[in-house]
Amino acid sequence: MTEDLLPALTARAAEAAHTRDPACPCVTATLALREDTTVVRHAATVAKAHAPDTDTAALAVRTAVAARLPGILLPPLAPAPAGLHGRPVTYWPYGTPVDPDDPDAAPWEEAGVLLARLHRTPLPEAVPPMRGPEKAARAVALLRGLAGPHPAAAPVLDAWADLPPWARGEAPAPGPVRLCHGDFHLGQLIRDPAPGSPWLLIDVDDLGAGPPVWDLARPAAWYAVGMLDPDAWHRFLTAYRAAGGPAVPPDGDPWPALDVPARALTAQTAARAVTKAAAAGRPLDEVEEWLVDACARMRSEPAAAPAD
Amino acid sequence: MQCPKCRAPMHTYNRNGVQIEQCSGCRGIFLDYGELEALTRLESQWSQPAPPPPAAPQAYPAAAPQAPAWGAPHGGHYGGHRRHKSFGHMLFSS
Repeated sequence: MTEDLLPALTARAAEAAHTRDPACPCVTATLALREDTTVVRHAATVAKAHAPDTDTAALAVRTAVAARLPGILLPPLAPAPAGLHGRPVTYWPYGTPVDPDDPDAAPWEEAGVLLARLHRTPLPEAVPPMRGPEKAARAVALLRGLAGPHPAAAPVLDAWADLPPWARGEAPAPGPVRLCHGDFHLGQLIRDPAPGSPWLLIDVDDLGAGPPVWDLARPAAWYAVGMLDPDAWHRFLTAYRAAGGPAVPPDGDPWPALDVPARALTAQTAARAVTKAAAAGRPLDEVEEWLVDACARMRSEPAAAPAD
Repeated sequence: MQCPKCRAPMHTYNRNGVQIEQCSGCRGIFLDYGELEALTRLESQWSQPAPPPPAAPQAYPAAAPQAPAWGAPHGGHYGGHRRHKSFGHMLFSS
């Protein structure tokens, strides 16, 4: 499927780019080629083929939400997804991403402000649920399905089992739901290549109604595990709070709110790491060990408050 | 040019914006008009006390931010490990 899809998607991206700019410089690049997602760039236009099992109606609602929040989410070039080889395809303007070789230069404050603004947006009508917990559950299911036993699997599965049902995607979240991104990480920030352009959030595949704290919980998990510099975490959280983000109280310890989703995202990240290492037949690297170690510590430190 | 003392060839070097000619034989140095003054000026700048260090970055919390009990011990592994191979990649993926 992917082999047929890539040239077709590349052709579609070129067509779309030439509609926008007949004097197109025709620079082409494959930005992502994963088993479920293919993203191709042609000059200033990007075409994304979404996963084959995508709920197309839900994706259409999510894309329409992006079109209505231009200062927060990158607006699509076309309001509705098209079809190609059985995959929904959406078109977007190209933006410059955060430099993966320089995560220290990531726009943490801007990210905090964007998420706060997203969470403060009135919940659009008919928006589907945010898919964060569902995606975490999928990652854990893949770990559980590993062919052979893996010594790092047990602590991750135990940490997952101790989570309340909502954090495992098995029940609605307690508390008010907001418009959430659902899959925030540094790859979800881009800006127009013109100098001085603002950062925007991309990738609406998991966007929807849910507990907004989920969007803070991945950076929180990185910080807790020891992957993220405390200064970066502090800048992100402070900017979020200053912009009126509703996911955590404006002052004081944010961890009573963050604890459960940060555990879930640590378990998800650990599950993916162990699954990948097992597939590659290699041992866990140091950072992957930190994730598993954090999961192992969770059982002796039960979540403070029942969250559902 | 040739050294006025030993006749060996002289080579031109730039030292902090000042052109000097040094003999490849006797290592003697030839200064053009004004170059001695330029070097003297540079010397007096070097001997001045160093400027005060820049103020410590502000806005850092007085105490480290709160962390959960299951978090990494001693506030984290970052620092020397930050350039770890899988490190940057993980911050850019689900």
